[in-house]
Formats: sequence, C-alpha cells, structure tokens
Amino acid sequence: MKEVICECGHHNPHGTVLCESCGKVLIEKDKDKKLLDMRYEGSARRSQTYNKTIIDKIWNFFSSVKVGVWLIVITLIASALGTIFPQEMYIPPVMPASEYYEDQYGWLGQLYYTLGFHNLYSSWWYLLLIASIGISIIIASLDRGIPLYRSLKTQRVTRHEGFLKRQRLFSVSEAGSEDQTFESVKEKLKAKRYRIREEDGNILAEKGRFSRWGPYVNHVGLIIFLIGGMLRFVPGMYVDEILWVREGETKVIPETDGQYYLENHEFILETYDKENSKEEFAAAIDDKGMVAKNFQSDVTLYKTKGETVHGETPQLEKVRDDSIRVNHPLKFEDLALYQVDYKLDELNQMTFALSNKETNEEYGDLTIDLYDPKDTYDLGNGYQVEIVSYFPDFEFDENSEPITKSRIPNNPAFVFKMFTPDKPEGEVSFVAIQQTIEPFTDNEYKMSFKAVETKDVTALTVRKDLTLWVLALGGFIFMIGVAQGSYWNHRRIWLRKVDGEVWMAGHTNKNWHGLKRDIASVIDGTDLNEPADQLDKKE
Amino acid sequence: MDLVSLSGNLLFIAFLLYLVGTVFFAGSIKDKRAKEREKGTGPNKWAKTGIAITIAGFISQLGYFILRWIAAGHAPVSNLFEFTTFFGMSLVGAFIVIYFIYKTAVLGLFTLPIAMLLIGYAAMFPRDIAPLVPSLQSHWLHIHVTTAAMGQAILAISFAAGLLYLVKVIDHTKKSKESFWLEAVMFGLVCTLGFIFISTGFSASGYKADFSWVDKNNVESIAEYQLPPLVGPNQGESLTEGAMEPLVEMPGIINAKKLNTVIWSIMAGIVLYLLLRLILRKRISAALQPLTTKVNADLVDEIGYRSVLIGFPVFTLGALVFAMIWAQIAWTRFWGWDPKEVWALITFLFYAAYLHLRLSKGWHGKKSAWLGVIGFIIIMFNLIVVNLVIAGLHSYAGS
Ligand code: HEM
Repeated sequence: MKEVICECGHHNPHGTVLCESCGKVLIEKDKDKKLLDMRYEGSARRSQTYNKTIIDKIWNFFSSVKVGVWLIVITLIASALGTIFPQEMYIPPVMPASEYYEDQYGWLGQLYYTLGFHNLYSSWWYLLLIASIGISIIIASLDRGIPLYRSLKTQRVTRHEGFLKRQRLFSVSEAGSEDQTFESVKEKLKAKRYRIREEDGNILAEKGRFSRWGPYVNHVGLIIFLIGGMLRFVPGMYVDEILWVREGETKVIPETDGQYYLENHEFILETYDKENSKEEFAAAIDDKGMVAKNFQSDVTLYKTKGETVHGETPQLEKVRDDSIRVNHPLKFEDLALYQVDYKLDELNQMTFALSNKETNEEYGDLTIDLYDPKDTYDLGNGYQVEIVSYFPDFEFDENSEPITKSRIPNNPAFVFKMFTPDKPEGEVSFVAIQQTIEPFTDNEYKMSFKAVETKDVTALTVRKDLTLWVLALGGFIFMIGVAQGSYWNHRRIWLRKVDGEVWMAGHTNKNWHGLKRDIASVIDGTDLNEPADQLDKKE
Repeated sequence: MDLVSLSGNLLFIAFLLYLVGTVFFAGSIKDKRAKEREKGTGPNKWAKTGIAITIAGFISQLGYFILRWIAAGHAPVSNLFEFTTFFGMSLVGAFIVIYFIYKTAVLGLFTLPIAMLLIGYAAMFPRDIAPLVPSLQSHWLHIHVTTAAMGQAILAISFAAGLLYLVKVIDHTKKSKESFWLEAVMFGLVCTLGFIFISTGFSASGYKADFSWVDKNNVESIAEYQLPPLVGPNQGESLTEGAMEPLVEMPGIINAKKLNTVIWSIMAGIVLYLLLRLILRKRISAALQPLTTKVNADLVDEIGYRSVLIGFPVFTLGALVFAMIWAQIAWTRFWGWDPKEVWALITFLFYAAYLHLRLSKGWHGKKSAWLGVIGFIIIMFNLIVVNLVIAGLHSYAGS
C-alpha cells in the first residue's frame, strides 16, 4: 500500500491519521476538528484502514472494543445464570440430576436442567464465549499495540502547530525572556522525573510512557492464563483421583505407576469444645454446637525399591512421615495429597465365639478380618469354622436371595459351617448383624457375636496439575500489566516557540487532574499562561 | 473491661465519629465564608474538622479490629459481621486517601453514610467470636479476604462518586427514568436503614418467636424469628407463647424467615422514606442536590473513574489471584465455580467492561456514574444475596 508522506518529510503507513513524527493531521475530514482524537496517537490501525476481504471483516469485528465489551457482558450474564441453582457437581448424590432439579425447584428447575444450565460452565457455548474473548483480546491488541508503539517511537519534539492547538490542554503565551523561562521549566520538569528532549529550542517532556504498554501486557497475561486453562485437557497434565485409606492400611497411590505407597497410621478428628478452646469462643460454640477444628491423617509415604515383579508384594522404602491436614497437603514429585473426606468407625474386624446353644459353653474365638476373611478357622480339639459365603454389605434382593451391595463391610453377613467332634459333617448357620438364620436344621451350635473392631478411613484427593505454572505466570503478568496501566500515566508536555510566542500543550492518557497539577507547578513563577482545558470551554 | 467488649466499644465510637464527621462535611458546604471565597482555595475549617474526625473514627475502628484480632487469635474477617465491618472500614480508609488527593469534602457526605450503613448492617448479624474451621485456618484467609475487601471498598468510592455526580447533574424537576432510578437507589439505602432500625428495635425489646417447621426435603427444624412473623414457615407451629400468628404461610422451598426480614425492611424503609419526604417536601436526591452545586462535576467523574482504576487491580489480586492460591491449597483446586467465586468473576468482568467502555468515547459522566452504581450493587449482591441465599462453600451462613 502506498505510504503517506507528511510535509515534515516523514513516511507514514497508509491509514495514518496524525503524522507519526510531527503530529500533523493527515486526513482531510479531521482537519476542522477542534480537538484531536489522541487515542492510539492517530496511528494507522489495520481495522480502520481495510474493510474489503472476509479476513478484514473478521479482523475488524474482533478488534472492536464494542464487540469486546459485548462479549464480556454476555459472559457476565451467562455466569450469573449459572448461580441461580447449584451446578450439577454441587448437588447431593441422592438422585440423578434429571430428577433432582425438578424435584427441588419445580418447573423452573426442570427448565434449568433442560437448557443445560446445570453444567453451564463446561457447556460448548460458554467455552465459545471465553474463546471469543481470547481471540478478541489478541486481535484488538495487535491492531492497536503495534501502530501505537511505532508512533510513540517515531514522535519528534517539534510538533505541528495544528497538533498542539488541538490538544485538550493548550495555551499561548507572550514570552518575554524565553530562554530563562525554558530553563526554569526544564529544571522543574526534571525534578518531577520527566524525560526531556529538545530540538530547535523546543521541548518535549515525557513521563511514564511504559504505562501505555500496561493493557497489552495484561492482555498477554490473560492469554497465557487462558492457554493454561486449555492445557488442562492435555492428557497427563491433570490428575484428580480420590484415595480411601483405612487406618493401618498401606495402599498404592494412583497415578504413580505403582511407584508410591501410602500408609495411614491414624485419622484424627478434633472439634472445638469449651474446655479446650479460648473463652472468647464459648458463646459461638454454645450457639453452633460442635465446630470442627482439625482433620488430619498421619501417614507414611513409601517408594518402591528395585524392580517390582508383577503380582509380588513390592519392597518399600520409607520416604517420609507426614501429617496431612486441610490446608497442608503432602507434596511429592508433581503430586499432592489433600485431606478431603473421612469416615469414622468403619467396621474392620468381627470376633465370634463358637458356642453351644444350650449350655453356652464356648470352644474358642475367631476374629475375621472383614477385608480379608479366611476360608476356615481352626479352633483346635476338632472344632473348626468354615466361611461358606461372605456378604460385606448384605441385603436381600427381590427374590429374597442374600446379595452384597458393595465390597465395603457396612453390613457384613456370613454363612458359616461349624464343625465339631459330634457333628463332623457340620452345621450351617447364616449370621448377620442382629439376626441368625438356620436354614437346614435346628443347630446345636451357634456363632455368638463377641466384638467388633472399627477403624477410621481417610479420603485423600490425589492431585497433579501441571498447568498451575502457566496459570501463575499468566496471572502474574496480568497483575504487572494492570498495575502498570493503572498506577502510572503517560504524560507529555510540549513547549514550542512560534513567532515569538510560546505554545504549550499537554496530553495524558488518563488522570488529567494530575497532569494539570504538574503543569501548574512547573510554570509557577514564569510568565507562561496556564493551559486551558479546552474540553471545559466547549460546555 | 475485657478485650472483646473494649473492641466493641471502639467500633461504636468509630460509628459515632463517622456520624459527626458527616455532619461536618455537610457543614463545610453551607459555610458562608467558603462560598464567598473563590473555589480552589482548598478545604475550609469545617471540612478540615470533618476529615480530622473521620480519621479519628478510622483509628478507633482500627483499634476495634486489632483488639478483636488479638482476642480471637485470627484476623476478624471470618464471618459476615466481621467482613462487612472491615469493608466499611476500608471504605473510610479509601475515602481518606482520595480526600487527600482531591480535597473534595462533599464526597465525604456521600461516602461516610454508606460506610455507616455497612457497619450498621453488619452489626445485625451474630457478633460472637467464632473459632475457625479447618479450611479457614490459613494465612491466606487474612490475605485474601482483606485484599478483596479493600479492592471492593476502593471500587465502592466510585459508587459514592457516581451518586454524587448523578445527584448533581440530573434534572430532578422533570420526571425521567434517570431521576426515578436514582431515587430508587436512595430508597434502597433507606431500606437498609429501615432494616437496621427495625432489627435493633425488636432485639432491644427482646422479641423472639420460635417455630418448628418442615423444609422442602421434609426435614423438621426450628426457625427462630427475631421479628414478628408476617410470613410463617411451611407447616410452622408456634413454639412461643403469645407470639403473633403469621399472616401467610410460605411453601417449603422458600426461607420464610429471611423473606420475613426482607418484608419488614421494606416496610420500615417505606415508612422512613415517607417521613423523609414529608420533612424534605421533595425527593431525597432533589433535596441533596443543593449540597452539590459547588462541586466540579468533571472532578467527581474523574474520582469515580480513578477509584475504579485503582481498585480494579487490588480487587483482582485479592478476590481472584489470592483466592485461587488459597483454593488450590484448601480445596485442592484453584477454581470450582462455586457461586461466590462466580460472583467475584462477574464483578471482575463488570469492572473490566467499565474500563473498556471508558476507553470509547461517550462513556463518561452520567453513563459512567451509573456504571459505578451498578458495580456497587453487584458487590453488595455478592456480599448479601450470595452469602445468605445462594449458599455455597464460602457461605458465612449468617441468619
Ligand atoms: C476479561 C477480559 C479483559 C480484561 C480483564 C481486560 C483488561 C484491560 C485493562 C485493565 C485495560 C486497561 C484499561 C485502562 O487502563 O483504562 C484494557 C485495555 C484495553 N483492552 Fe482489555 N481486557 C479484557 C478483554 C478485552 C477484549 C475482549 C478486548 C477486545 C476488544 C480488549 C481490548 C482492549 C483495548 C483496545 C484496550 C486499550 C488499550 C490502550 O488503551 O492502549 N480487552 N484491558
């Protein structure tokens, strides 16, 4: 495309509004404007210059701040809709989502579910919105950032009269002793940390240009953050598993290729009560009842030693002891184990005695590990008990057949066969908690319940998230960018001698109040007129 | 006196000082000599006294905060009462800073009452010092919550500035949408006052009425009413002798006790509002307008914008960045689409939109003042509705 050559001799890219170098207005229709549009320095932005091909159209669409704001606002409203009723992941697992919403919230809930709002944040259209914001940020930033950079780099000190005159802050002064005035102003500007450039006796004082890059920096941060979010879906980056370990149990940690094992020594649940806590808490404890104080699993982490042969118990080497608490995960390699849940007093062992129904005489005890029952228990002297069937979580099905709901011993039941010297063929007895059924005959012997041993179980989340670094980097860059753009301003003050007068103009990208104060204080004591705010005059 | 009651007294003193400060800021506008002097001569005696009293109040509230921290052993930002008072304190702090930049006394007239409403509102919630549950036992609690509250407070300055701006520039003599909505915002503030009055009144008289009721899952529980039950809970049975019978019974899906409080607040708000109208003989915003004639509208507009610009990064840091770090440690994931988190995101998006709109021409002045007002409504929604109605992980579970 052809370049635009300004009268100052500078070659500007096609589409430039204000000469990059001297600031002269290059576009006819802008020439009679009272004030210049200084956003992006009147640089040549692609979106303002081309609008022919489909690519131009897409580019222009996404580079528009208006479109960007619409995208943000639509995302905002969509996000709000997702909080009307709980998302699916937060509903209690009492019934399927398809029933839950209607059951709890009536036809509105039903509608919510039908529209897919119960999983709003992972819906395709929500992700599409986020993606569009991402694209919009990239295109809008490229469209403005690069020309803006060019322009600010090329700007020269002596600005065109038309440029100065059309700045928001502008004054003309009859200068008596120019040189002296300029010296004093320069000194004061320097004291205010302006960078001074001089050319033919004219001055450009500039400060905080880097703050102009703030938005671009923060947009880069956002994009990195969004990329981090996408990485979640790359296999291997993210692990979310749950690990239940009983007290005394050692279990392989998932997602470690069988490399790491965890032993749970003890699960500890502490609550605040009035005796053990500050007296200041007394009223609150009275009011709320029990308040949890600590959830903790005392564990040992092991690593396997040498090659493990499949099916063999591996050799374990202790890595370290630790206490996993809420807010204090155990970290190793890329993984972290978090305390997330627990179950107190789960049945673990049951002890029975083989006894005579009539005389209650006992012939020995047997203790059954509910997770690993033996087939037979030999009590000596010809007394022996065989476990014919075991139902850890017993119930009767529709046909009144005993079945087990799960492998967790919530409600254990056994079919025992009792062998005694006088009944060598054995007697069969079905024993569950609180009930005994003798299916075949009236037995002479029974299994009498003696004791249970319970254990606490802890639930740990096994988490790996390799995207965190990317997200943290993105967040960090974002914060730098917003701080840069928000807490600093780009201020420029021009002083130019024009036919025995001094023309002064000022521009800032924000915080005009601050710029005005700067100017007032640097011209204090000189014969320069304070620049008027031409925006005030208009009203 | 023990620490807790001392701390409570300091809070009360702070509240009174803010009240006196407001009066002085109002006086600064009426000051005759100030009127005669040209503008630009800086704040007058009234304004100077006003800011001094405000600072004294702030220090007193800081004292409340520190003593309560010592008493509890953790920063007092862990329940609705503590958080909201801290929010109020931060708002005053933000105002003090802005005052020294822009020297606008009138802004105090708008900011301090909002801070007092916040503190008064907070005081209606249980004030017991409670021990921390395990997930809250983290330094990130203090870091996250205080930074987020400070960010919100700085953003709230744009609400005060927005109100001030709108009161000044809107033509209150004509009926228009904007004057209607501005008055609606005023009415909202009056209702908050109504809530405070009515709650204080009934709790001072020791009113209590208990009901047993059945919730939507058919679980029976007890509802303790501190206000007379206009609407009663589902299948409610009065357990208190001589308590009034509810006029209407609510279905189980609705929390009748909260609805009852809302109804009472609105009724009290209406009564107060009508009283004010009788006294003022015009709309509240119209009555306030004369106080704003001297202020420079552009300056107020700029204050609103700058407070968003300053507050946005602080809010982002506190409510999103620190929140994510803590969530990663406490809940194993940095983000879980919990309602409170989503509303922090919404607030973030809203102010991002504000900043972008400000970049394009035309979104200055009134429009941007309205955005400041809406932003504050979003913040309050997150504080009140999300906490009390849409309960999530973060719910402070007030009553
Ligand atoms: C949630 C997403 C976004 C955030 C948090 C964000 C943040 C920001 C911030 C803080 C600024 C500086 C504003 C100021 O200093 O007043 C800014 C400027 C800007 N943003 Fe965004 N932005 C987002 C999305 C977008 C989108 C979708 C667009 C697309 C049009 C966009 C285009 C711009 C432009 C053109 C600027 C001005 C740059 C300049 O003045 O040099 N932003 N953004």
